[in-house]
Amino acid sequence: MATETAAADHGAEGGGLVFHPMDQFIVKPLFGEGEVHWYTITNVTLWMALAVLAVFALMVMMTSRRATIPTKGQSIAEMAYGFVYKMVEDVAGKDAVPFFPYVMTLFMFIVFANFLGLLPMSFTTTSHFAVTVVLALAVFLTVTIYGFMKNGAHFLNLFWVSSAPLPLRPILAVIELISYFVRPVSHSIRLAGNVMAGHAVIKVFAGFAAIAIISPVSIVAITAMYGLEVLVAFIQAYVFTILTCVYLKDALHPGH
Amino acid sequence: MATSTGDGLADATGVAEHGASAPGMPQLNFDHWGNQIFWLIIALAAIYFILSRVALPRIGAVLAERAGTITNDIAAAEDLKQKAKDAEAAYDKALADARVEANKIVAETRAEIQADLDAATAKADAEIAAKAAEGEKAIAAIKADAITNIETVAKDTAAAIVAGLGFSADDAAVSKAVTSRMKG
Repeated sequence: MATETAAADHGAEGGGLVFHPMDQFIVKPLFGEGEVHWYTITNVTLWMALAVLAVFALMVMMTSRRATIPTKGQSIAEMAYGFVYKMVEDVAGKDAVPFFPYVMTLFMFIVFANFLGLLPMSFTTTSHFAVTVVLALAVFLTVTIYGFMKNGAHFLNLFWVSSAPLPLRPILAVIELISYFVRPVSHSIRLAGNVMAGHAVIKVFAGFAAIAIISPVSIVAITAMYGLEVLVAFIQAYVFTILTCVYLKDALHPGH
Repeated sequence: MATSTGDGLADATGVAEHGASAPGMPQLNFDHWGNQIFWLIIALAAIYFILSRVALPRIGAVLAERAGTITNDIAAAEDLKQKAKDAEAAYDKALADARVEANKIVAETRAEIQADLDAATAKADAEIAAKAAEGEKAIAAIKADAITNIETVAKDTAAAIVAGLGFSADDAAVSKAVTSRMKG
């Protein structure tokens, strides 16, 4: 949302409505101008570091007293722990518990990146396909590699629907195979798409605020969208995590 | 991937109307992917390290400890409840025993008092009887005395009357006559 004022300025200069809803997603070097190399410290670095710090603050600093009767902060940390732990156990099964820290990492990163992205002027790291594709591919590769390691060739039973009539099975196998490889695509685009769309819509409403008559409507609309975005921020983190658990279940129990 | 690819994709998606201020959709500017992926991997590694080394074992231990404490407390509460029940039963039993004992004592005491009372009554009756007998004796004595006195007075009076009428009579004859009259 870094360009809110910039967009307003543009509108004032041009005398009309100028929207820059996507400017908030631009990756910029944090210090000075110039090329963005892979090692450059950018706004991505800043907001990811803040997410790491937020995770550290909640999960480590809030629990430092290890109180049997928890404080508010410790309760939140414990709720997050219980929420994801139960999800892993219920969806992926008891034997998926070794993956719990991994799933927890994904959940905590996404949920904090989403919520930090809702701060005005912030940069939303999870709105970038570069980020979500890596997250989704990591899950995809983990599931595929672990599935083959644990089950060997039996992992291919995932595509061979033994409960279907025999003539249908090859067709189903093709469909299952395609759906399997579409998983990382949908997994990543769902998260980035939702976050990006919401932020862009807010910015478009903000652009309309340049017209005095419309601005109250615009502000109400921004407020409403913001409320929706708060929901989306959590729900998308939840969806990403639960889909990870569903995919892990396939790796652990490939039979239908 | 080259910037031109990014622009091309951005143009294709139709979000690049605002010209020079941004190279289309920043998400599709593949020049920046390396930077984001690099920092993402570092961030994820940091979070994974924080969670798996510090936070999750700690929270897990706290939750396990709490579950243990709660289980222990519930067991202790059950124990105390059982003890309270036992105590109540013992109390009830003691109360019933005491009641029986009290009834027994009351009966005994009543019997004792009754015996005492009976004895005292008997004694008092005997005393009353003795006193009554004594009184009767005294009354009899007084009566006999009185009769003797009346005889004497009657004889004296009779002798005096006889003398007054001018007759002489010996005392023995008067006394005999009075005695015989009084008997009649």
